[in-house]
Amino acid sequence: MKKQGSDSNPVPVLPVLPEPLKDLKIKYTKIFINNEWHNSVSGKKFEVFNPANEEKICEIEEGDKADVDKAVKAARRAFELGSPWRTMDASERGRLLNKLADLVERDRLILATMEAIDGGKLFSTAYLMDLGACIKTLRYCAGWADKIHGRTVPMDGNFFTFTRHEPIGVCGQIIPWNFPLVMFIWKIAPALCCGNTVVVKPAEQTPLTALYMGSLIKEAGFPPGVVNIVPGFGPTAGAAISHHMDIDKVAFTGSTEVGKLIKEAAGKSNLKRVTLELGGKSPNIIFADADLDTAVEFAHIGLFYHQGQCCIAGSRIFVEEPIYDEFVRRSIERAKKYTLGDPLLPGVQQGPQIDKEQFQKILELIESGKKDGAKLECGGGPWGDKGYFIQPTVFSNVTDDMRIAKEEIFGPVQQIMKFKTVDEVIKRANNTSYGLAAAVFTKDIDKALTFAAALQAGTVWVNCYSAMSAQCPFGGFKMSGNGREMGEYGLHEYTEVKTVTIKIPQKNS
Amino acid sequence: MLTGQAVDQASRVSRHVHLTAHPPVAQIKQRGGTPAFWGREERTGNVTQALQPGAKEPKGVRDISPGRLEGAEALAVGLPWPCSPLLAPRGHGSPSRTGLWSRTSQPCRPQPRPEPHAQLKIFINNEWHDAVSKKTFPTINPATGEVICQVAEGDKADVDKAVKAARAAFQLGSPWRRMDASHRGKLLNRLADLIERDRAYLAALETLDNGKPYSVSYLVDLDMVVKCLRYFAGWADKFHGKTIPLDGDFFCYTRHEPVGVCGQIIPWNFPLLMQAWKLGPALATGNVVVMKVAEQTPLSALYIANLIKEAGFPPGVVNIIPGYGPTAGAAISSHMDVDKVAFTGSTEVGHLIQKAAAESNLKRVTLELGGKSPNIIMSDADMDWAVDQAHFALFFNQGQCCCAGSRTYVQEDIYHEFVERSVEKAKSRVVGNPFDSKTEQGPQVDEEQYKKILGYISAGKREGAKLLCGGSPAADRGYFIQPTVFGEVQDNMTIAREEIFGPVMQILKFKTIEEVIERANDSKYGLAAAVFTKDLDKANYVSQALRAGTVWVNCYDVFGAQAPFGGYKASGNGRELGEYGLEAYVEVKNVSIPLCEFSSNICCSSKLSLYLLVWA
Repeated sequence: MKKQGSDSNPVPVLPVLPEPLKDLKIKYTKIFINNEWHNSVSGKKFEVFNPANEEKICEIEEGDKADVDKAVKAARRAFELGSPWRTMDASERGRLLNKLADLVERDRLILATMEAIDGGKLFSTAYLMDLGACIKTLRYCAGWADKIHGRTVPMDGNFFTFTRHEPIGVCGQIIPWNFPLVMFIWKIAPALCCGNTVVVKPAEQTPLTALYMGSLIKEAGFPPGVVNIVPGFGPTAGAAISHHMDIDKVAFTGSTEVGKLIKEAAGKSNLKRVTLELGGKSPNIIFADADLDTAVEFAHIGLFYHQGQCCIAGSRIFVEEPIYDEFVRRSIERAKKYTLGDPLLPGVQQGPQIDKEQFQKILELIESGKKDGAKLECGGGPWGDKGYFIQPTVFSNVTDDMRIAKEEIFGPVQQIMKFKTVDEVIKRANNTSYGLAAAVFTKDIDKALTFAAALQAGTVWVNCYSAMSAQCPFGGFKMSGNGREMGEYGLHEYTEVKTVTIKIPQKNS
Repeated sequence: MLTGQAVDQASRVSRHVHLTAHPPVAQIKQRGGTPAFWGREERTGNVTQALQPGAKEPKGVRDISPGRLEGAEALAVGLPWPCSPLLAPRGHGSPSRTGLWSRTSQPCRPQPRPEPHAQLKIFINNEWHDAVSKKTFPTINPATGEVICQVAEGDKADVDKAVKAARAAFQLGSPWRRMDASHRGKLLNRLADLIERDRAYLAALETLDNGKPYSVSYLVDLDMVVKCLRYFAGWADKFHGKTIPLDGDFFCYTRHEPVGVCGQIIPWNFPLLMQAWKLGPALATGNVVVMKVAEQTPLSALYIANLIKEAGFPPGVVNIIPGYGPTAGAAISSHMDVDKVAFTGSTEVGHLIQKAAAESNLKRVTLELGGKSPNIIMSDADMDWAVDQAHFALFFNQGQCCCAGSRTYVQEDIYHEFVERSVEKAKSRVVGNPFDSKTEQGPQVDEEQYKKILGYISAGKREGAKLLCGGSPAADRGYFIQPTVFGEVQDNMTIAREEIFGPVMQILKFKTIEEVIERANDSKYGLAAAVFTKDLDKANYVSQALRAGTVWVNCYDVFGAQAPFGGYKASGNGRELGEYGLEAYVEVKNVSIPLCEFSSNICCSSKLSLYLLVWA
């Protein structure tokens, strides 16, 4: 293909990567309610660890039901009719979100360092990718604030009918540890741009950046009570949110197992609205006509990115028979290139898993793969003597009935399977309870479009993987979730539609 | 043109004005032509005397430094006092950026400037050019009738240059075409930031060149400019195409592509705001622009050109040409390589533009033209509010609004009281130096408008309307006209049919709602309309019945970037602002791809021929 024009990218390239902060101080360790910092009602605290060296970073106030109640009260008050937040111009909500984006940009280095230390995330990735996504997402949602249009409706009869897209109210938001800051922003930005108030529970493994955001939210000028952040554990604080009678909506990102509990709790309590972004076992289908280098690289990144701890990880790689051996060979070669180590150090390409529980679960699944007869091509064990590191692992000759082909591993373990025909691979790819993402690599336009239609997944990538941005809706078919986040679709999850009908003397078109 | 917030601010300013009774005419005359345009900035040593009206004696200038302000006046000066728009009229490099007085008496900090800006030229490819003809034209301060400075006069040759630059910037593979949509949004937001930074300077420049009160420039125009750009910044990555369930085995989708080179011709009544209304949607959707700014008010637009460059828009994306309609404007509208023309101005010129488009390359045309907007006051309306708003609807911006409520229909039983109160209100309107914080009404934009308005006033008297107040010039220099109210106006009078574009209010009487709807709609125009009533049924009925692009209920001139604006009938084609405003700046491209059996190409082509057969 002939490219026209100059090759210089008009968009400023990624910012220059600075060194991580050497003397990062953790200033915010308390519960954020009403733009103020609170101790936990119970007086309890919990410890937060650096997964790269298993050392304690700090102690955080542990929120529980009583703290969630306090936060919900604050959020409810901020949502009352006539409150500063409810009477604010929509464009002003947008301005505040843009301001928040400015502040995140200002404190990018602090946040990226914190994310790397707390989440075991490579500093370079945190700084460039995660923070970049946060800033763009905030700005994207800022733009929507005054563009969420209701409609006027040509109703039968002598009536004037219009719809208002109103905020739902108090939104409980429970976020995971794999992308702590990005998930925080993905949750609050659409909620706030639609005018909701929120009570956020960050993951107990990674509460630091969320709490830091509390200080920026206050600085940006959001009224008290609009955003409340309660660090704590799922079975206590998380359950309190999902069971709460005065929370109007709950949004959760995490495992399918917990997703079920959340929806059940919503059903048992007040029928709060529920959106879920859950697990996946996403198929990545490589045809023989694909550009092999590209396919190997995307398949690799699609699985190993962030130590395999992505809900969208392409963890079932289906490769067409004629290129199977070559694909496996190149994938092994690629996986062996890794340097593991402290995620703050330059040159390190893989950090630790988030905690001991995940670490052990992954190792256990690797064992099951070996036992079930998959061929361990490389890796397969822990790395180093401290921290939760696992060697990049590749399995070939994986068959669909093995546990490693069915269960979400959430670690650096790649499964490569073989297929022969189009019909066969469509059936096999869809034969899962999950449906989060999928990809196909081919140069054939017909195959590409066929798979785009046939795959049961919320996102389908063609000749790429993990390509995401704030403009695109994201979410799961089947047990990978309910609803969509981001894009215009993501706003629907944060609005109630109100139909207003007014009797009029006489209607005219 | 006010947003809710701006209404508050503007009415706060105007309330202060009422506290001190300055006879409008006297205010100008007493000053003997040495009004305090720049406060005490002569102290700064940066005053370019040529710019000051009656600049011989900067002594005697009223001291408006914060320490001297008291009471209402000090409040009104809560807005930062103008940076001096001394824009190097005689070849000076950069504008003076000192002399800003704010409430905290911090002088305006001089901003570091990478290079001196010669901003009185033609802006093409992010560079400044003399006119090909080397001609210049004067721009006039309407408050004094004196020349502010000379500006390069663009003509057909310059338009050709600008279109070439724009076309190059729009080539496939160019930086602008390859830019992420979100980054276009970022650039627009950056432009808004820069305008916010230079807000006081721009507001002062606008007032100097256009004559509108500085308080209005600063609080209303600049506020709306910034908000408009931010609004469209947000749209850049959100104007979605669709995927379409086309019959048959096809994958079908639409792309919203930019139209291409957009010619934009803007008026002098809201120079900055009209520029923002034009640039916002065009740039958000990825177009390139050749803009002709009004010859009466080229200065603020040229300053914005600098900011466009500073914001980082690639060369050629925005090109700005000061010049005249019959030359530069005509060159744009009949240009064979301009894909779209957008014009805001008179209906008369609108006809010419549409004709030129038809005769040249059938370029897309959007027009925002004149109006003679009815404002209907039912007898159950809140009288105070209705009088207030009807006054504002007409007199705002010296009556120079296309949507001015210039036919005020008042129901019979409240007619006399309404007229009486309206006259009272018009009489208290403070006309004077637009840089004075008490001034509500500045001069008309130029001599031509001034004379035209006085001509309409004569016609009104001649045709039998009752002149209730005003009717004459308001000063012996500058283009000031007294706030004028006519009662007993009949529908067939010239002043009830033609757009006056001045501070001349027509009040008409009506009896029934059916009657007033018929009379209100009996106009070739259809830009805006309003109804004042407390009755929900009447409000709904009238708002459906009126043939106008905007209907205000119990308010007037409520604008926001979110709400579309445009005219029925001869008031225009298309809409600006809101999501609707984007439609004029995109071409919809439909793409269809057959969905074939993956391996069998034979099957594919046979299917295709089947479809062709069906269509044949």
